[in-house]
Amino acid sequence: MAIRAQVVVCGGTGCMSSRSEHIKNEFVERIKELGLQNEVSVFMSGCFGLCEKGPVVVVYPDMTFYSHVKVEDVEEICKEHLLKGRIVAHKAYTEMTPEDENKIKKFQEMTFYAKQERIALRNCGIINPFDINEYIARDGYMALGKVLTEMTPDEVIDFITKAGLRGRGGAGFPTGLKWKLASKHRGKEQMYIICNADEGDPGAFMDRAVLEGDPHTVIEAMVIGGYAIGANQGYIYIRAEYPLAVERLNHAIKQAYENGLLGKNIFGSDFSFDLEVRLGAGAFVCGEETALMASIEGERGMPRNKPPFPADKGLWGKPTIINNVETYANIPQIILKGIEWFQSIGTEKSKGTKVFALGGKINNTGLLEIPMGTTLRDVIYNIGGGIPKGKAFKAVQTGGPSGGCLTYRDLDAAIDYETLVSLGSMMGSGGMIVMDEDNCMVDVARFFLEFTVDESCGKCTPCREGTRRMLEILEKITGGKGTLEDIDELETLANSIKDSALCGLGQTAPNPILSTLKNFKEEYIAHVVDKKCPAGVCKALIKYYITDKCIGCGKCKRGCPVAAITGNIKEMHKIDTSVCIKCGACKVACPVGAIITA
Amino acid sequence: MSELIKVTINNKVVEVPGDYTVMDAAYVAGIDIPRLCFLKDINETSACRVCVVEIEGIRTLKNSCTVKVKDCLARGANSIVVKTNTERVKKTVKNNLELIAANHRFECWRCPREHNCELLHLLRKYNIPNTIGENNAFAKKEPIFNITDSIVLDSSKCILCGRCISACEKLAGTKVLDFNKRGFETFVGPALNHNMEDSGCIFCGKCIQACPVGAIREKDDVDVVIDLLEKKEYYVIAQTAPSVRAALGEEFGYPIGTNVEGKMYKALQELGFDDVTDTNFAADVTIMEEGTELIGRLNKFLAGEKVALPLITSCSPGWIRYIETYYPQYLDHLSSCKSPQQMQGALIKHYYADKIGVDKNKIKVVSIMPCIAKKFEARRPEMEVDGLRDVDYVLTTRELARLIKRQDIDFNNLPDAAIESPFGKYTGAGAIFGATGGVMEAALRTVKELLEKKDMKNLVISEVRGTEDGIKEATLNINGLDLNFAVVHGTVNVPEMFERINKGEKKYAFIEVMGCTGGCVNGGGQPVISAKVQDRIDVRKERAKAIYGIDDTAKLRESHKNPEVIKLYEEFLKEPCGHVSHKLLHTHYVKREKYSQE
Repeated sequence: MAIRAQVVVCGGTGCMSSRSEHIKNEFVERIKELGLQNEVSVFMSGCFGLCEKGPVVVVYPDMTFYSHVKVEDVEEICKEHLLKGRIVAHKAYTEMTPEDENKIKKFQEMTFYAKQERIALRNCGIINPFDINEYIARDGYMALGKVLTEMTPDEVIDFITKAGLRGRGGAGFPTGLKWKLASKHRGKEQMYIICNADEGDPGAFMDRAVLEGDPHTVIEAMVIGGYAIGANQGYIYIRAEYPLAVERLNHAIKQAYENGLLGKNIFGSDFSFDLEVRLGAGAFVCGEETALMASIEGERGMPRNKPPFPADKGLWGKPTIINNVETYANIPQIILKGIEWFQSIGTEKSKGTKVFALGGKINNTGLLEIPMGTTLRDVIYNIGGGIPKGKAFKAVQTGGPSGGCLTYRDLDAAIDYETLVSLGSMMGSGGMIVMDEDNCMVDVARFFLEFTVDESCGKCTPCREGTRRMLEILEKITGGKGTLEDIDELETLANSIKDSALCGLGQTAPNPILSTLKNFKEEYIAHVVDKKCPAGVCKALIKYYITDKCIGCGKCKRGCPVAAITGNIKEMHKIDTSVCIKCGACKVACPVGAIITA
Repeated sequence: MSELIKVTINNKVVEVPGDYTVMDAAYVAGIDIPRLCFLKDINETSACRVCVVEIEGIRTLKNSCTVKVKDCLARGANSIVVKTNTERVKKTVKNNLELIAANHRFECWRCPREHNCELLHLLRKYNIPNTIGENNAFAKKEPIFNITDSIVLDSSKCILCGRCISACEKLAGTKVLDFNKRGFETFVGPALNHNMEDSGCIFCGKCIQACPVGAIREKDDVDVVIDLLEKKEYYVIAQTAPSVRAALGEEFGYPIGTNVEGKMYKALQELGFDDVTDTNFAADVTIMEEGTELIGRLNKFLAGEKVALPLITSCSPGWIRYIETYYPQYLDHLSSCKSPQQMQGALIKHYYADKIGVDKNKIKVVSIMPCIAKKFEARRPEMEVDGLRDVDYVLTTRELARLIKRQDIDFNNLPDAAIESPFGKYTGAGAIFGATGGVMEAALRTVKELLEKKDMKNLVISEVRGTEDGIKEATLNINGLDLNFAVVHGTVNVPEMFERINKGEKKYAFIEVMGCTGGCVNGGGQPVISAKVQDRIDVRKERAKAIYGIDDTAKLRESHKNPEVIKLYEEFLKEPCGHVSHKLLHTHYVKREKYSQE
């Protein structure tokens, strides 16, 4: 009997932390019990993208998308769906759209996927990343074969340049041009090609998904890149906090060597290429290319001056190309499908797609890959499924701690490199955090700055000293002790840090502040002049009150850790604001929403 | 030689070669760009961000210290426009200086660098307010100290420029210092802030000479010596190293390399020293001892016996710490001679005391040295005879200057004095001990003349003079034998020297090693010269000129012709390397570990 169905369990970090490996093992057990092991296969794949609904299990070929799967559900799915062919409706993904209320949607029919175009993520959720044959079966290593047997290095560079691929790590530098700059050293000295898999932005996990779900795409692209520029040695610098990705990458590299796709004379050509994994050690700054190289060299991870640029003097002083994971993930498809195909996707200056990690106050938290030019409105309300609990959209932060926030005025903006910059933010690596009316924008700025201050390498004055001072001012403001002079000082510091910091970390650290100052100045003013936090977040500036919705159930009183609430059963309760520590336990406990912050 | 490029800087126009830095171009145009962390060829990390300027066509401000003019050219252009005095630049530089000041502990009036602190200079120059530093809302970093008996690290004054770290790496070659932790918590020190003394530090003091502020300084012994002089319980005898007279004047406004010997003697007399002697005398004695030692080893070698050749000098205590820590396997190559400082002290207590009729137990010897490591050397357990320390206290040139000022002596208006003591009579050979190659030249003059029993035609051996090369080699024919000699300055060059020795292509008879590049005139205890001046003139050369000048005009230029030295041997020592010499003037060495203590 041939395999008639495949159960694909998501093996991304998110689902794995929710026991998806146990779910997979349970499937294997149950399928065996039912004697279906020769008909139904089970494997773990990369991230499906709709992490909000994890653990995700998809049954092929009928494309049923099961969400929030638990180990206890497996038995039913096996008995009902796999054996009898009846979809388990209460576990199947349904959509709550006005047109399709509660309708079961199959994988790829789902609104979440409708506007996506998965190029970098093309194999995630489809292949088993532990099996190189599955990668090969989906045209894996065909691009490399074409490159090594039909194209010269310069033709490859020309091809990528004409396709218009831009770096996906944040800066958007044209990839072909970068490769060209390094290629002038080809044949003259040792050269290196590096993959930046440090992905330090909080909330960003695009690269993680590619590395966990489709490691071979990066390997293939690096060999292609090495060939194009003249490097026979590659390094993948990956953060140690991605153990699953590290494991799968190492496994993939081993398989690639075994199959002659790495090592000497690949595809029988003159080209040999070696690839190694190097681990990071918990420093966001090592995502900056010169600090990354310092780290590989065994030095302290601190950025260096540019010029000289890595393309001329990089790793160990040799010409080096560094590209982001997602940039590499696009290369094989561009080679195979051609320049016109890639040019047909995206906007005039930003071709292709971008993977975004959508998080925050959004229904469909997860990863999505969309063509450049998709509007923010589509991302948030269509793909993202809108804001939970019917709350009002307030802002969306793009670019992580280096980016800025976009407001409702920008909802119809087409997402591409130039547009985002013109709106005061940046593409960044692809993190997108959605905020609603309950987010305090001053606190948001403080949150990102706290991260930057912790991660500053300490080398240059403006970043080391300046960001910390900005944080102290913000803490003063959210602590209720801010003045208008503080806001001025904040802005002055922000501008001089932006102007004079040595590396991108410092230069972009003030962005969240400058952006929120520009778009939400009134919130800052409220904090310092009125000593109020309009969103009700900053503890020092809010008080908890019980309104007359109170039914006197006493749940709040019982839940208060400091006994700040008094009141008799069936009577209005009261909070002593001088004792209250603003933990919010009462608000959560109240069954009628009678407790507010103001 | 690269093409000339037109640089318009603040509306002044100059033409400079393309590989000049923007700061170089500014210098040519007569514009003084502020800088803190830049130290040419040693620390070019552009960390301070104080030298930032606006360059037309470049978005952020750029550090002028390392950015080359040719790298600023827009595509197709052949000129650049630089502005150092726009509002934007001025505001940013002011902010960065303010940020540095905010974390700096100001105690300028007590600080040994008050008169040449590079930070204070800029704060004064730009009238920088200490707004952040004086505002309690902003925290100051935790002060971290690393205290030894020779060098003190004080992080409360540190501006984290990294000059000391680079100086240790590039001049001493020991890489003892680095940044610890990161961001705001960064501090400089040995790994884990382990005590410097046990971290492989050789006390050469190159770090002190590189520090722009008072964060690294000598352990101050001025108060101790004032106490000694004022209490009058002891008969206090001073000795002055060859290099002190060449630099002491710099602390009083004299040009670099002025010989202030007469005023130096007068000042010591005014300070209340009971007697003033000159270490140059002991330098002549050292030549007698070491010259004889060399001849002894050479004779053994020629007789076919096993002997440790090359003989290596031992008067540089930083070098001694270096070889004891890093190359203890070669300890038997060291001369067993004590350094002139120690010989002078031993001879003072066990011979001179009798001659002047003072109880040796009532004598305290204070040596004035250009060297930090001499403080350590004087405390070495081996450096005593019959329970009496050879040298009791060591003051660096800088400390002597402070002592002179503290005791209200108007140095600039002092008349020149001569000293009567027989222990103050020296030859030109003794005088040149302070420059790299000086010990070698002095030794060769005596060895050659004694062996050939006739005067040398030309006493100047120019191959061993100069600061251009870290290792200088010479071949001299002595008594029919062609002998190879080498002079090393800067312990960073020692590994190369040992490589040359081990390669065996040349057999070396005698090697002079001075821990400090340029020799003792550039010792860690000498006046600190600002980075700006260090970049443009070779301070080592200028100071060396002073002492070679003494030699040029000296009546006696060979150590063995010093009548007081001849008398010393006749009356007391009898013969060089004899029984009395071995007791007083020779020592032994120990293997040193690092990171050996908890």
